Amino acid sequence: MADTFTFELVSPERILKSGEATEVIVPGTAGDFTVLPGHSPVLSTLRPGVMDVTLDGAKTRIYVKSGLIEVDPKRVTVLAQTAYDMAEMDASRIADELKTAQDERAAADESDDELIAHTEAAIDALTRLGGKMDR
Amino acid sequence: MPSLKDLRNRISSVKATRKITKAMQMVAAAKLRRAQEAAQAARPYAERMDAVLSNLASRTNKEGASPLLAGTGKDDVHLLVVMTAERGLCGGFNGNIAKLARADAQKLLAAGKTVKIMTVGRKGADNLRRDLNRNIVERTDFRGIKQLFYTHAESVADKLLSMFDNGDFDVATLYFSEFKSVIAQKPTALQIIPAKVAEGTGEEVKTAGGEAIYEYEPDEETILRYLLRRNIGTQIFRGLLENSASEQGARMSAMDSATRNAGDMINKLTVKYNRQRQANITKELIEIISGAEAL
Repeated sequence: MADTFTFELVSPERILKSGEATEVIVPGTAGDFTVLPGHSPVLSTLRPGVMDVTLDGAKTRIYVKSGLIEVDPKRVTVLAQTAYDMAEMDASRIADELKTAQDERAAADESDDELIAHTEAAIDALTRLGGKMDR
Repeated sequence: MPSLKDLRNRISSVKATRKITKAMQMVAAAKLRRAQEAAQAARPYAERMDAVLSNLASRTNKEGASPLLAGTGKDDVHLLVVMTAERGLCGGFNGNIAKLARADAQKLLAAGKTVKIMTVGRKGADNLRRDLNRNIVERTDFRGIKQLFYTHAESVADKLLSMFDNGDFDVATLYFSEFKSVIAQKPTALQIIPAKVAEGTGEEVKTAGGEAIYEYEPDEETILRYLLRRNIGTQIFRGLLENSASEQGARMSAMDSATRNAGDMINKLTVKYNRQRQANITKELIEIISGAEAL
């Protein structure tokens, strides 16, 4: 089929999700972007944030904590270091993650711009998620 | 000549041993299956990582590349990361890994290099402590951990990288046992810093260039730098998983032969016991008969 592409979410431990997807919204380091079938090949790193995947007709939200995405016209592979399905996340999990991110930010070397940007993105994304959960 | 009672005790103690080795073998078999599954499940990530990495590495110019790929330009200080099991009773598993690492360490020392050793797993540290204790700079053990997660590998990788950033070593090599099959495990040395990127990348570039030219976001160098750091963790994780499968495989075959040996021993002892018993009976009969004849 022309209007889907193969989507794979792989963590170091195992393949977390795979299937036919129609749309993926990705939090790239240089900005969010949407992948539709036939997207031109891109290789991008990810910043911590939520990825929206329309997989096998159902929408799934996945929180990824740093990783890499490889986009081909027919295939998208996300190599995530850590990823959680949002359906399994609750307020306390988010609070835990937020705390870890804040600790990492506090411990970060001030000259390490990449790490600072990374942890701040995590804090930002998690704060927003936490806010949504409260409501 | 041992008495009948001694033999009986001996037989029952060997039987108890056989029960234990048999149980250990079955536990190892169950764990082996799980370890193999884990190793298999981790493969896709490592494979994609390798593919992307070799693709990127062959595109960027080696001169200005990260020291993780190009090396520090020296090879004076070698770090050997020796990964072994936490427990013994698994045949030559721990010994073989330590032997390989020790041989390399001695070769390097003889060549006038500085050798530092980082042990992961208690058994390797115990084994190398005898003659290379001065060289061991870091010990990690995963005692009490039931299942290996990537975070465990990451903690080792973080230590390694911070040492590298401090300029504590030039070359890092991983020592672990590659899982070939249940009966064959091969102690392996794998150089991770500077990273050995798959050979023959020349052709890959052509096909990659012909089929798909990637856009990079952010730029290639940033991604490559990110990947090289990430790759250390991935390689260590792979080593740990291979190791845990190998360990269980080695334990399984070691316990299998122990069980068989115990069985052989029981047979031999039983024959001896029966002969002894028969001899005793014959002796008593002779005594009775000769006593009767004397009357």
